[in-house]
Amino acid sequence: MSAFRLVDGPLPDHPPFDVPVAAGAVVTFDGRVRDHNDGKAVQRLAYSAYAALAISEGETIMVEALAKFGLTAAACYHRLGDLDLGEAAVRVWAAAAHREEAFAGCRYIIDEVKSRVPIWKKETYTDGQSAWVLCAHQGSRG
Amino acid sequence: MKIHIQYFAMLAEKRGLSDEQLTVEATNLATLYDTLAALHGFPLSRSAIRPAVNDAFCAWDHPLRDGDRVVFVPPVSGG
Repeated sequence: MSAFRLVDGPLPDHPPFDVPVAAGAVVTFDGRVRDHNDGKAVQRLAYSAYAALAISEGETIMVEALAKFGLTAAACYHRLGDLDLGEAAVRVWAAAAHREEAFAGCRYIIDEVKSRVPIWKKETYTDGQSAWVLCAHQGSRG
Repeated sequence: MKIHIQYFAMLAEKRGLSDEQLTVEATNLATLYDTLAALHGFPLSRSAIRPAVNDAFCAWDHPLRDGDRVVFVPPVSGG
């Protein structure tokens, strides 16, 4: 089973893996559609992706997180398509023996996904205008 | 040499296409991007782009080969 997925529908409420009994902590993070960005009132968002590379880069990040933080299990699902305000766009689950590793691993996964995985967000504002959100590439190895 | 290019996000909008086949003389990605950027008015300089060939990120000096699938990945904004 792939630990990093792009999904069209709502995200699962519970970890999409059997939480090992060795895990004393599971941290879940939601990235949600906010009603404002950069001083503008956001009405909705649309996400698109370069799926083949997004999935391979996402999987690489999951493997890195497991090794770096000793996570017992982890997953990250990101939505594509149109999303309304308040909806979860991305959800990360990180399980570890103790909370320190679980929090740190979860943080690592979301930070790396946001800076490395080829997914793009287009915001539509309440004034009818729209724009691609430009975040810098980080950790560029190209 | 024939290559296949896919465009995403801002570059797809600027180009008005999501993909195309091109016959090119450029033998590296940097020259190819600069040529396309000038032709189609891409608003992003090379420093904002990460190139990918055949579904893997690569360096700007990666040599192009016949049949390659090329993507110029604009700044990402997931999450």
